[in-house]
Formats: sequence, C-alpha cells, structure tokens
Amino acid sequence: MDLLEYQGKRFLADYGVPVPKGGVAESAQEAVAWAEGIGYPVAVKAQVHIGGRGKAGGIVVAANPTEVRSAAERILGMDIRGQVVKCLLIEKGSEIEAEYYAGFTLDRSAGGYLGMLSAQGGVDIEAVAETAPEAISRILVNPVEGLTEATIASWVRFARIDDRATHPTIRILSDLYAAFVHGDADLIEINPLVLTSAGEVLALDAKVTLDSNSVFRHPNYQDFDATQPRDDREAAAHSRGLQYVGLDGTVGVIANGAGLAMSTVDVIAQAGGAAANFLDIGGAAEVETMASALEVINNDPRVKVIFINIFGGIVQGDVVARGILAALDRVKLRSPIVLRLDGTNAAKGRAMIGNRLSERLVMADSMPDGAMRAVEIAGRT
Amino acid sequence: MSIWLDENSRVVYQGLTGRAGRFHALRNRAYGTQVVAGTNPSKAGTSVEGIPVYATVGDAVEATGADVSCLFVPAPYVKGAVMEAVTGGVSLVVVITEGVPAKDEAWLVAKLERDHPEVRMIGPNCPGIISPQKANVGITAPDIARPGGPVGLVSRSGTLTYQALYELKQSDIGVTTCVGIGGDPFPGTSFKDCLAAFEADPDTRAVMMIGEIGGSAEEEAAVFIAEHMTKPVVAYIAGITAPPGKKMGHAGAIVSGGKGTAAAKIEALSAAGVRVGESPSEAGRLMVEVVSEPGG
Repeated sequence: MDLLEYQGKRFLADYGVPVPKGGVAESAQEAVAWAEGIGYPVAVKAQVHIGGRGKAGGIVVAANPTEVRSAAERILGMDIRGQVVKCLLIEKGSEIEAEYYAGFTLDRSAGGYLGMLSAQGGVDIEAVAETAPEAISRILVNPVEGLTEATIASWVRFARIDDRATHPTIRILSDLYAAFVHGDADLIEINPLVLTSAGEVLALDAKVTLDSNSVFRHPNYQDFDATQPRDDREAAAHSRGLQYVGLDGTVGVIANGAGLAMSTVDVIAQAGGAAANFLDIGGAAEVETMASALEVINNDPRVKVIFINIFGGIVQGDVVARGILAALDRVKLRSPIVLRLDGTNAAKGRAMIGNRLSERLVMADSMPDGAMRAVEIAGRT
Repeated sequence: MSIWLDENSRVVYQGLTGRAGRFHALRNRAYGTQVVAGTNPSKAGTSVEGIPVYATVGDAVEATGADVSCLFVPAPYVKGAVMEAVTGGVSLVVVITEGVPAKDEAWLVAKLERDHPEVRMIGPNCPGIISPQKANVGITAPDIARPGGPVGLVSRSGTLTYQALYELKQSDIGVTTCVGIGGDPFPGTSFKDCLAAFEADPDTRAVMMIGEIGGSAEEEAAVFIAEHMTKPVVAYIAGITAPPGKKMGHAGAIVSGGKGTAAAKIEALSAAGVRVGESPSEAGRLMVEVVSEPGG
C-alpha cells in the first residue's frame, strides 16, 4: 500500500528520521491555523499518490496567512492527473543548501535490498538515473547480514555529499534502513533529502510503499487502507473482498486465480476486444463470491458482456455452476454471460447449467472460444 | 525420471491438523504420495487418518525418515516453520501458504543460500510440485496431469499451471514434473533452477515455462536458456495488456518504472530461441510441434 506524503513522514519520524514540522489540513481555515502555529514561510502541499504534483501547481510556498488561504483554496479539490486533492500538508519552509536522494527498495533479481544515495537529488533524479547512473551510489544488502554502521559510513563517503551533511546522513540512513526492514516497507524514497542553511539534514518528501502482507505485524497499517487510490468500481470490489483492477474496455472478466485472470484479459485483447476489469475470485468460488463479483461488474456502466473463465482445481465446477445460478436469481444482470468451465467437475457443472442456456447465458468450449464469443457480443451491443 | 520428487519421497505436512493441510495431505496420499507424518506441537502423539503427528519436523524425520516437508501453516508462522523444517533435516520444503511478508521471504532465501545450500525451498504462495503417477505435494488437482513425460513444466501462477497441464493433456502430452514456483517477489526456487534440473533430467525432452509480468525472473531464465539449455523451451507470459503500477493479484505481478513488462520478457525469451505462445492454447500447440519434431 502506498502512503501519502504526510503518512510517509509520520512513518519515517517514528523511526527517528528528521522531517520538517507540519500539520494536515482539509480546509483553508485549518491550513492557516497550522501555518500560524508553525511560523512563516510554509509550504502548502497537495497530498496525492502521484509524482509531479509540484509541476502541476500542487505545491506553493506561502509567506503570510493570506497567501496560505489562497493557496489552500486553490489546491484543495484540484485534479492532479485524475486524483482529486482532499487534504494538504502545511509544512515549515526550509532554506535549502543542497538536495540529495536516498532510498531503499526490494531487489528481486539480486535476492536482497537495494540502497540508493545520490548527491544530486531533487526533481530531476530520474534524468540523473538515466544520463549519469554513476551519480547514484548503490549498495546491495543481504537480508541475513543486514547493514552495519561502518558500511553506511563508507557508502555515504562514496556518494560525495557535503562534509557538513555526512554525519547526520549516516544517522538517517541507519534509521531509514530500520524503517525499511522493521516497518516492512517495499519501497522508501526520500527525494529530496536536504541540507538546510542551519546545517540540518531533513526529509523534505517521502514516498513509502508498505507490504500489505505484513499487516499482522503492524495492525495500525489498516488505517492506510482508507487512503489508497481506488476508482469507484475498485472501491466497491475491495469492500467485498475481491481482487479487482479497473480497466477501460467493455468485457467484464471473472476468473479464478490471478494468472488466469490476467491471461483472460490478454486473450480478450487478442480476440479484438478490451476487458473492463481484472477480477480474481480466488480459490473460494462460493455462491457469495460469485454473486458479489457479478454485482460489481454489473454496476460498471461500460460493461456489455461478462466472460466468466473458470478452470477448476480446488474450485469445483459444480460449485461454480451453483454459484452462477444462485447469483442469476439474486442479481438482475444488464449484460449477457459467456461461461467457460473446465477442470475438476466441469462436466457436472456444465450439465447443471445446460437447461438455463440462452442468448443471455452462453457456454464456450475453451478459453479462446469464450473470448471470441464475448468480444463478438460486446461488438454487437 | 522426474525432478526433486518421486515415489520414494517421504513427506511430512506442517499444518496437517488444519483444514487445508488435512484435505490436501489426504488427497496427496490418495494419489500415491508417501505421506508419512504431520506436525503440531500441541497434538504430538495423535494421528490424522492414520498419519502420525509429531511435535516438530525433527521428531518426524527421526521417526519416519521424512525428506520432504509441505507447509500449510498461516503466513505469520512460515518463517519459523521453514527453519524448523530445514534444521529438522528435510531436503525439500514446499511452502503453499500465501500472504507471507516479502521481508520474511527475502530473509529465508538468503539464509538457505548461505547456511543450508543443500535444502531447496519451493514457494511460498505456490501450488506445489507434482511428478505425475509418482507423487503430488501441494494443491495441484492431480487428474489434469498426464504422466510419462516428455515435458517438464514450470510456472509462476497456480491456475495457469492447471491450464497448461490441461492443454498438454488435451494433446496427449505427458509431464515428467510440474513445479509451481509461486507468484511472490522472492521465490525459493527460480525458473533458472527448474530449467537446470529439467536440462539434467534424461526423461525430460522439452520444457514449458509459464511466466507473468513483474520482476526479471523470465529475463534471467532467457539468459540461462541461451547459455545452457540444449532442450527446446516453449513459454507463455501472462499480463501483456496489464496497465503499469497495478498489482495483478500476485504480490510479484506488477509493472513498475517501465520494468517487468510482458513485452520485454517475450523479447528476451524469443531472442534466446524460446518459442513463445500468445495464449496458453497457442503455447500448447507450439509444444505439440516441438515434441513431434524428430529428436524433439
């Protein structure tokens, strides 16, 4: 799960990483109240999950209450590439002498953790990574060996950041690593990590992605669920416990298993259509799950046909059939269904559905056949 | 022959007394797998349908000679349970459990590599391993796997494994061993490990590989294939149309920062001489061609 900047900074602050003084505001009035308490100048920052908000006008430095109010009024409700700004971070302005970049991420191919540090942080870090990759000093951490203070010290020297910033940065990287490991983060990026004219080193931004599988160790992470970026369809599916990703096409997809669901989306595209969603009903294709899945897809106005692609493994074909029949009785569907059913007890399942087949419920012989039929129906309506 | 698992494998189930553990252990036994033990520290001395339960894997190994462990324990206990299996003396640990934190997986992979290189972990978050007609360890539906070879199968996805086995069976093609390596970011066994084992297995004449978006395991497999494989490989990669930044169900299946796309994987595999199908069915057809070729 992705954290908003203010959530990420609180997360880092819990592990000892210094961040500017700040507060979260949902109205211009709150923004001014925070600014008065913090002292001017302040940065008024849009809280959204995507980068490039500064360039989109989502960050403004304000020198007095009037400027804070007008900035807050303008940024709240602003649409930044599809995300509407619902809250602001009001933060003490810093006089910046230098901007660095620091981060940790999972390195899947190396089987460990990748630490990155650069003396050339700031908005152009991606260009730096492209054109001067040597300006980013990387270390690979073995998860069993961990990262020692001595290794961090030589890493920081190697990155050639300002002498004045060296010691605080060693401290920060040590805390950042603790946050990454003990906080079960998949990714932490601080860009920029700044050296202020007062000689402090601070995390001026924070991008944090936490491992949703680690919630059992960190029950408070459940709180972040409410601020995950989801469209209405995704929110509805999520509240029903379904693995759903919204897409742009007209063929609704229900499949069992993430791989098969992904593959179904692909095969629909190969048949000349486009899927409206990815939906994995998982191993428990019970009546309830199937009905919920059909409801979510039925509420998506762009859907013209629903392709249910089931390969029974643990999931049994007759249980799937019962689920579909029960769901049909419960949900009034706008769109016809194309069903492909193979694997465990598929014959039994097909037989159960046999006398309900119609133009609104079509049986396909195989996955490609099902995709073709679904795309054809979507094209007709 | 088969890789890593055969009729002589003796399997202990960690989590045998739980609902899923019991169901699949019994189903695996009905298939012919030597299911010799289960573990549960608070139920030692009892049994499940004749399968004796021990307090630890070490006890089970000592009493029954188990050499494989299959884990159905809940995600928070996987790290400890794998280490219990490893120190208990088994040489293969199959972790079915999903939802294991990436930090636990990364630690386990690094720990086994450094201190227990003789032990293989498959998974977590995988359907397990099946050597048709010999043994099945995990949750793969056994009747869709046709025995006898000549194809070795390795897959990152559960249901696509079934789909692939089914495509092969429809074409009367058998399988030596089918390994589900799982869809998580730090799998204990990689495509590369499986490819190397299939290359060395005399009864495997060709390999089917099912990949998906995310990470670079398929690209690394392509390098291995180009350098070390003499046997033909057919592949299918799921997620060609997956949008960037969205996790497609599996923790590992995500295109981020332009990396991990299906297109890059297909290109790397094709360049290594792998025949890549656009769908599971097409991959099945390609495999029919491969095994019917002279010397194939």
